[in-house]
Amino acid sequence: MAHFNLYSRGDWIFGYANAALIGIFVLSTLYPFIYILAVSVSSGAAVTSGQVILFPKDLTLAAYEFVLSDRLFWIAYGNTFIYTFGGTAVSLAIMIPGAYALSRSRLRGRKFLNLMVAFTLWFNAGMIPFFLNMRDLGLLDSRFGLIIGFACNAFNVILLRNFFEAVPKSFEEAAKMDGASEFQLLWKVFIPLSKPAIITVGLFCIVSRWNSYFWAMVLLRGEEKIPLQLYLKRIIVDLSANDEFASSLMTSRYSFETVTAAIMIASIIPVLLIYPSIQKYFNKGITLGGVKE
Amino acid sequence: MTSRMTHYLKGIGEDLRRDWQLYLLALPMIVWFLLFLYKPMEGLQIAFKDFSPFRGIAGSPWVGLENFRTLLEDQIFIRAFINTITISGLGLIFAFPVPIILALMFNELQNEFGRRFSQTIVYLPHFISVVIVAGIVINLLSPTTGVINLILSSLGFEPVYFLTQPEWFRSVFIGSNIWKEAGFESIVYLAAIAGVSPTLYESARVDGASRWQMIWRITLPCILPTIIIMLIIRIGNLVEVGFEYIILLYQPATYSTADVVSTYVYRTGLQGTQYDLATAAGLFNAVIAFALVFTANRISRKVSSTSLW
Repeated sequence: MAHFNLYSRGDWIFGYANAALIGIFVLSTLYPFIYILAVSVSSGAAVTSGQVILFPKDLTLAAYEFVLSDRLFWIAYGNTFIYTFGGTAVSLAIMIPGAYALSRSRLRGRKFLNLMVAFTLWFNAGMIPFFLNMRDLGLLDSRFGLIIGFACNAFNVILLRNFFEAVPKSFEEAAKMDGASEFQLLWKVFIPLSKPAIITVGLFCIVSRWNSYFWAMVLLRGEEKIPLQLYLKRIIVDLSANDEFASSLMTSRYSFETVTAAIMIASIIPVLLIYPSIQKYFNKGITLGGVKE
Repeated sequence: MTSRMTHYLKGIGEDLRRDWQLYLLALPMIVWFLLFLYKPMEGLQIAFKDFSPFRGIAGSPWVGLENFRTLLEDQIFIRAFINTITISGLGLIFAFPVPIILALMFNELQNEFGRRFSQTIVYLPHFISVVIVAGIVINLLSPTTGVINLILSSLGFEPVYFLTQPEWFRSVFIGSNIWKEAGFESIVYLAAIAGVSPTLYESARVDGASRWQMIWRITLPCILPTIIIMLIIRIGNLVEVGFEYIILLYQPATYSTADVVSTYVYRTGLQGTQYDLATAAGLFNAVIAFALVFTANRISRKVSSTSLW
């Protein structure tokens, strides 16, 4: 069957209309980012008089200078790095061995343990009991508490477990012949073979740690421990209602709007930097996840 | 009976001895789940007690369903519950179809580069924090400097205070959620479309079907199971809205449409320390959610033989 004249004229029109609609969707996805970027490098006067819509006006880095000279910004940035990478390391260190053990079919009690993990997908105690539990454990206002309290989740455990289950038996048998212990088996066979799944879960952890603010807001007291998102929240949300502060920020060089835009850009940049690798792995992650049970 | 018992116990002992390394590997995770997800369930008792932090959970007296009665007489809670259902229901109508349509559109895009590029862009907002999204929304909708109001005023309209007027809250919330998540959610449907057998399209082409007809007669029916599963998940989450995002966007002026059960729990429990009432509200929500998933799953298994479990 020849492939020319596959599409009628109606189909061509359909194709163009479709491409145009996707174009519109892509542009409206991009626009807010471009706008925030333009605001962050414009002068405060240009923004407050409503001159910035797409392109920056009176190009200046004044807003960035203001942000980068704020001591709390750097503290929050540093804290976020601790929470993100410390948290992800702890998550993987607990979930990988756990998911591996649950993937072994001869493990007695496996069914029960799997159910114990999966049940938490559908039901959890809720905000207040979780908070009171953290308090009882003495994990309020503690960096360690914020890291350990959110180390695992059922979705990631199931994803890893499914991947370990799919590793061909022959690898395991060959290693067992050489007298490998379970620890060696996990470390030398399963982890290297499951790199895509582990990287996927690691990236999920990194992204969710980097972006979360709610429990940091609830659990932390001191300013010295807050992550970047909470710092952002305090400036963008809590202060935008407070016009007095907003106007105190206002000079001709920067304004409340340009300063908040600069903070937003500064916190998006690391996400953009790892985005290509996220892209590569999350497609796999989602298709191999197939969370069931 | 007792000999069978000892035999059974011996079997466990042998398994434990044989697989002690595996149990050791699983131990930290099991302890974690018990300590951080199961131990808090003990705190659910508070919902049935007159809780005082000084007396602790065990020392506080039982009050039966008193807290639930108080809740159901509380106009603010009733309003929050209705708002939760309304926002979710509107999301189901307006936001749920968007990723399906997007996936179909991506699938019809012939240009491989254009397709990859546009997918890369529309997935991006999923990875941006709700704080940033709220910041962007606040910026774009600002009555004095926001783009939307600049456009409105250039057309001769009065500026609209989107974030302080209750009638605008739902549109802003659902609209920005579509912007953030629709692209990423289309991945699931794209994966389903990739699994549709190409021979179906080939034979349809031979019969002279147009692309439009192929979408309706082949692609959509083939991805229907995926759509149903996503719908079940969505219905199960009908009483869970993105409260972390709402907390950033709402203010007392918009509580009448924006306050949902989770934000009510947060305000009464964590900001107001009425732990018993807030726990009862949370439990009320969780039980409804659990029932919803079960019902949706059962109905779907009967109607279409597609189900989550």
